Amino acid sequence: MKKDINLTINGREVSVQAEPRTLLIHLLRDDLDITGPHIGCDTTHCGACTVDVDGRSVKACTFFAAQVDGANITTIEGIADDDGTLHAIQAAFMEKHGLQCGFCTPGMITRAYRLLKENPNPTEEEIRWGISGNLCRCTGYQNIVLAIRHAAETINAKEAAE
Amino acid sequence: MNIEVTKEEREAALEGIGCSRKRVEDVRFTQGAGNYVDDIKLPGMVYGDFVRSTVPHGRIKNINKEAALALPGVIAVITAEDLIPLNLHYMPTLAGDVQAVLAHEKVLFQEQEVAFVVAETRYIAADAIELVEIEYEDLPPLIDPFKALDADAPVLREDIKDQKEGAHGARKHHNHIFNWQVGDKESTDSAFDTSEVSVKEMLTYHRVHPCPLETASSLAYMDKIKGELTLWGTFQAPHVVRTVAALLTPIPEHKIRVIAPDIGGGFGGKVGIYPGYVLSVVASIVTGLPVKWVEDRIENLATTAFARDYHMTGELAATKDGKITALRCHVLADHGAFDACADPSKFPAGMFHICTGSYDIPTAHVSVDGVYTNKAPGGVSYRCSFRVTEAAYMIERMIDVLAQKLKMDPAELRLKNFIQPEQFPYNSALGWEYDSGNYPVAMNKALQAVGYDQLRAEQAQKAEAFKNGTGRDLLGIGISFFTEVVGAGPSKNCDILGIGMFDSCEIRIHPTGDAIARLGTKSQGQGHETTYAQILSSEIGIPASGITIEEGDTDTAPYGLGTYGSRSTPVAGAACAKAAQKIKEKSKKIAAHLLEVSEHDLEWDVDRFLVKGNPDKSADMKAIAWAAYNNVPDGMEMGLEAVNYYDPPNFTFPFGAYICVADINVDTGLTKIRKFYALDDCGTRINPMIIDGQVHGGLTEAFAIAMGQLIDYDEHGNVKGASLMDYFLPTAVETPTWETDYTVTPSPHHPIGAKGVGESPNVGGVPAFSNAINDAFRAFGGIHTQMPHTAPNVWAYAKQLGLQR
Repeated sequence: MKKDINLTINGREVSVQAEPRTLLIHLLRDDLDITGPHIGCDTTHCGACTVDVDGRSVKACTFFAAQVDGANITTIEGIADDDGTLHAIQAAFMEKHGLQCGFCTPGMITRAYRLLKENPNPTEEEIRWGISGNLCRCTGYQNIVLAIRHAAETINAKEAAE
Repeated sequence: MNIEVTKEEREAALEGIGCSRKRVEDVRFTQGAGNYVDDIKLPGMVYGDFVRSTVPHGRIKNINKEAALALPGVIAVITAEDLIPLNLHYMPTLAGDVQAVLAHEKVLFQEQEVAFVVAETRYIAADAIELVEIEYEDLPPLIDPFKALDADAPVLREDIKDQKEGAHGARKHHNHIFNWQVGDKESTDSAFDTSEVSVKEMLTYHRVHPCPLETASSLAYMDKIKGELTLWGTFQAPHVVRTVAALLTPIPEHKIRVIAPDIGGGFGGKVGIYPGYVLSVVASIVTGLPVKWVEDRIENLATTAFARDYHMTGELAATKDGKITALRCHVLADHGAFDACADPSKFPAGMFHICTGSYDIPTAHVSVDGVYTNKAPGGVSYRCSFRVTEAAYMIERMIDVLAQKLKMDPAELRLKNFIQPEQFPYNSALGWEYDSGNYPVAMNKALQAVGYDQLRAEQAQKAEAFKNGTGRDLLGIGISFFTEVVGAGPSKNCDILGIGMFDSCEIRIHPTGDAIARLGTKSQGQGHETTYAQILSSEIGIPASGITIEEGDTDTAPYGLGTYGSRSTPVAGAACAKAAQKIKEKSKKIAAHLLEVSEHDLEWDVDRFLVKGNPDKSADMKAIAWAAYNNVPDGMEMGLEAVNYYDPPNFTFPFGAYICVADINVDTGLTKIRKFYALDDCGTRINPMIIDGQVHGGLTEAFAIAMGQLIDYDEHGNVKGASLMDYFLPTAVETPTWETDYTVTPSPHHPIGAKGVGESPNVGGVPAFSNAINDAFRAFGGIHTQMPHTAPNVWAYAKQLGLQR
């Protein structure tokens, strides 16, 4: 028996139907063609499926689609500005070589996006703890940490100037 | 107004070799626009999933598919019986063995593939798996490789039990795969018989798994009207997959298109052919629908491509003053249920015989025995060039063991035995010709960078404090000076299934001066789209930003053997340079024609040809490209294209000096990596930013392997640790900070002097960590403790040495 689900995703209102057991990650990827968030482990360890649900980082592989009825979701596809200008975090990941194979990147950037809203000026240690739910097999995290720090500085400088 | 552009500015604009060019791949990856296999959706696509064995060794008594087939949405349930008429129930492995595609009569490891369910959705497939009933008769499992060759060991491979000859010579037992030897046994034995000092240690390099974040997956579509198969998959070597598909099926090779789209990390795990790939193809042929197969993480860790599992008895002979006179090593290699190692065909133990390392060892002998056990098959090179990691671990650990016996400093022993710069090209006792190196310079730079002498003094203080009861922390200093052998390889001795291990590059220059180049390799995160363009831009003077790089589609890319074993830069990178040289030769003729001078009057200047002595008269590549399509010299073909298939004359031999400084708390067994310094010499450096990134990532993998990763089995054959709950992937919190450094010793035989770097940090990193842990206990009589150096293991080792209260 499918259930009606209404949600806002990347600023767009959508109505879908899903079985009660359907996982959010499958709703996004298979039904809504939002394939930025990935599936890496199925067990909430790797964070490749991280999306932003009502201002919280959520691992979509262990979240039911039914749980997001009425929610406001942002995925990697919705992080850049409407005019296509990259978010400071996206630009910083490119600048600081914070990615290699790109598979963890959507989840990692989406997590960093929320982290910098929770803590706009994090120390290196706070960044490392803040992304510890997101695994990367390629970079050794060093440049990811640099990228997030760089993004924080960019965002803070921009806000100070405004 | 004519603004003068300097030569340096023109060079910088190319973003060629040596430039830390930002990656072009990142534009799509940072916006969620990557295109991985599971992102691809075809009309009418259905899903395949496996029913897997619950027992490690058993006879299949019965398979009942009825309940599964009755479930709405289930399209097919395929078993070995269905594959037998197609002769596809077994497939050839890269190592000359066969592997069951679906278990036939027997299962040989837990989680082995037994049936393949095809259903309309992932969820229905998962439901149907639960409905397939399989009855097993349990057989005794063989888990300990040291018992594999016992006279009364159970027979695992009934399909080949009477074969006395395997792919690599005689088999001496029903569970024996091969014995492979290299070196001079007689002179080695004699050197040991007469040696002043010798050491011997059994070193286990435990079973681990590459565990890329994207699991293995494929999507097959057999268009029955056109008779064409398209297969998308996580393939590090797409052309090899196409050829294997043509050999296994009645479909001719020109009707098979293999596409490796973006790959979410490989680390060697995506080189081989897996049953899921074969079954997605079979299921598409059977159903006429596109069939997608995506393994989950547990399936990935439990069944797909383990690495290592080498039990190495290493021995070194030396003089009293520390000159090594011989090396001997026997390896017991646990290959699991099928020999599915991904090695060049003639090398059943890969490049393990690089195990004399960076040292001038006059004589050596290596013998490797491969055995079957009731474990998953694999034996892939986890960020490693075919068992080089095992070799580097063995020699670097044994050097420390010897130093301890001789009461010498491990750095001093290394310096005393290095191959000297003037000895290159150096012929090793086990048959390699090392291309170039300057080891003493690199070692001394590393020692100085970390403040080695002060560290040793601090270590002595800490050991003293521990002994007199005023401290509980120990300091370990782990040195690793590795030499790799990468860039497989020369076709004279390297092939995969009979195909020489060359690689290729095809370049097309467009009329407006931009270009596309296609290669036979396949990036899995290494950044090929960025770095190959840099090689080309330096060679042909077209900015890297004007060169598109494409890989992974067998319909468009020239044939190549793929990306693994750090071979992309040494082989395909060389093909880039060689193809570019052909472009440049033709360009020069066109330039001479345009400038109305002889070719001999021209000289190359960054991005153009100048008339010697008259630099105002020039033709740049933009003008030459345009002319190639409308104004070429008489008799010349139009167009500006070139292709090169590069068969390397030799391997390349990158090296490095790594030093790990670890603080160990004896009461908890916890290790904190205080410092890790990594000096790499990979010859010419194409993109320093990417090199640093590769080193960071490889060191993090080495850290994980040495300190925690383990694919473990209990005595009943149950695979433990096959989810990310148990299998150690470090987070940002545990991962140390890495310090990188370099020297540059170009390869003399590579067109641009580059050697490859991706695997060095894994190869060199593991012994540095392990040596640091072992080094901490040296002052307390500890000689060797096996990896992984988890806190409980370190604590137990300290207890064994009598250090616990």
